[in-house]
Amino acid sequence: MANIPQRVVHEYLRHDKKFPHVWCAGCSNGTVLGAIIRGIASLELDRNDIVMVSGIGCSSRMPVYVDFNTLHTLHGRAIAYATGIKLYKPNLKVIVITGDGDCTAIGGNHLIHAARRNIDLSVILINNNIYGMTGGQCSPTTPHEALATTMPYGNIEPDFDICQLAMGAGASHVARTTAFHTQEVQKMVVDSLTHPGFSLIEVMSICPVIFGRLNKKGGPAQMMKDLRDNSIPLTAVDKLPPEKVEGKIIRGTLRKEIQPEYCDVYADLVARVQNMGEDK
Amino acid sequence: MPNSKKTTKTTKAAAKETKAQQTDTALKELESKSKRKNVLMQGNEAVSYGALDAGCNFFAGYPITPSTEIAEILAAELPKRGGVFIQMEDEIASICAITGASLAGAKALTATSGPGFSLMQEGIGFAKITETPCVVVNVQRVGPSTGMPTSPAQGDIMQARWGSHGDAPAIVLYPDSVKECYELTIRAINLSEKYRTCVILLLDEVLGHMRESVRLPDMENVRVINRIKPTVPPHWYKHYDENQKYLSPLASYGEGYRFHVTGLTHDALGFPTNKATEGAEMMERLRKKISYNIRDLVQIESHQLEDAKIALFAAGISARSAKAAVAIARSEGVKVGLLRPLTIWPFPDEAVRKMLQHVETVIVPELNQGQLIHEIKRLTKDKSDSNVIGLQRVNGKMITPNDILRKIKEVM
Repeated sequence: MANIPQRVVHEYLRHDKKFPHVWCAGCSNGTVLGAIIRGIASLELDRNDIVMVSGIGCSSRMPVYVDFNTLHTLHGRAIAYATGIKLYKPNLKVIVITGDGDCTAIGGNHLIHAARRNIDLSVILINNNIYGMTGGQCSPTTPHEALATTMPYGNIEPDFDICQLAMGAGASHVARTTAFHTQEVQKMVVDSLTHPGFSLIEVMSICPVIFGRLNKKGGPAQMMKDLRDNSIPLTAVDKLPPEKVEGKIIRGTLRKEIQPEYCDVYADLVARVQNMGEDK
Repeated sequence: MPNSKKTTKTTKAAAKETKAQQTDTALKELESKSKRKNVLMQGNEAVSYGALDAGCNFFAGYPITPSTEIAEILAAELPKRGGVFIQMEDEIASICAITGASLAGAKALTATSGPGFSLMQEGIGFAKITETPCVVVNVQRVGPSTGMPTSPAQGDIMQARWGSHGDAPAIVLYPDSVKECYELTIRAINLSEKYRTCVILLLDEVLGHMRESVRLPDMENVRVINRIKPTVPPHWYKHYDENQKYLSPLASYGEGYRFHVTGLTHDALGFPTNKATEGAEMMERLRKKISYNIRDLVQIESHQLEDAKIALFAAGISARSAKAAVAIARSEGVKVGLLRPLTIWPFPDEAVRKMLQHVETVIVPELNQGQLIHEIKRLTKDKSDSNVIGLQRVNGKMITPNDILRKIKEVM
């Protein structure tokens, strides 16, 4: 992996955007953004060809800060907007920044159908297990029994495994890591952007101000350490006894296979239909 | 537009005209010159071919009666022309996909009916606040909810204006014939490009499915408007720059401009703002680009109104019954005329005020429980509105010329 200097991040931030950003102190969204930018920088992509699309939520505020083509859309709908952009201009690299609530609750339908079509989008889902922007309501990934403002007696619902969901829907590239493992995030972003097909990267993140306080997680540093200690690489899973794997975040590339990509398939259809006309 | 100029029939002989003869004369000229043949065509087909002739190259939609033929035709035709057709997972995704495609440079359209139109409302608001061109065709059916999917209603007139939350002006067009479905689809796409907004085309179920013989104009006679592209270098580009008449150039993704688009209230560059002044500026621009261009946007047909004592005000399929009622009433010596909006929003205030100065009574036939009638009453606020009479029906049946004639005789 190319060694990208830290300061390169500043070259990709918008200078006409009025900072500061909206994220709370201790939030891991900035850490993830840094890793995403370094991943993009290492590929030396033309930033005119990059479109960053997001929905609504804390992580979805990301596009406004970066100097790409950017689109901050409706709650849950980022993938649907991204589908329109990608299908009309397949040469663009379309990155979707989304969260657990945005992508798997209100936007779950678009996630599964984009995965099914295998359209070449890079979905980077930052999973903080809560609705942070609205103040701590439970999301589809809030752990069972964890506290949320709308689950004041503990979450009674089971939670989604987002990567399993995406794979079940047919995503051809699925990977998971955490906001602590920024080098992995960077590498997975590179993998995602170079993968010809639908790609979902789930980045487990921390929300110390909302989720952390509600559930007494001990502040940003402690929560980052927890991400480190409660996750294991996929490669280690087989070597560990089951009790050491139970309840852990499995980090790594869970699926990477080449399947027909939707824009390519559509282009083939166009060529076929147009040739049919000529044959007559 | 081939027949943007509507002529008014004034002669007594016009009373005896049949509906078929009432076709616009300017249009007939174009038709007679056209190398295209007469074809028997459905309203939904006319919308599809109008979209293609206007340069539509992206369709995303979801099947729903009575609009589905539009998706089916474009699914067959767009790939032939190198355009994109995609059937999305729902109507929400459809409006989002066409908005995204438009930001990448496409001329994008979707078609739906009541339930889908309801689902699209948030996305329509997004297209309006982000000033992104796109067109939504709503082939109306009886509502609320699933209602009567195969029967006509005109219940979405107010939804087309106010359906999305927050204040945002609307451009809504309303054809009354298969031919006009073709023309107003072209006009809807043209206006969306020119005014950078989501334009809505309202059809009636019976119009969508009705077949009429039409002859489409040759392509060289179709006036196509494309969005203004920026001429400034990227670092000078403002995504919401104002030139005269509040119409601003629009760059596409991938052209080097790297602009930001958000559904949040934003400044001229497109960045979110909480400043009262910048928020007010944005809202004023959205309002003024419509209200300062009323003359360009509003189209009406004035039919035998000059000496009329009783005026009918009706749109779409109800206007066709009204026009037939005018012909019959005139043949009996009753001075009746018709004002028909082709642009339903912005509302043709000026034409209605002018009409109200001359007539004693206005009858408003519409397939709902009273929507257009309130706009007429709004404009009669100086006097009693007891001379504005509704003729309403929501049982899935059309209002017939005889229904209107009976009403005319009641108020005489």
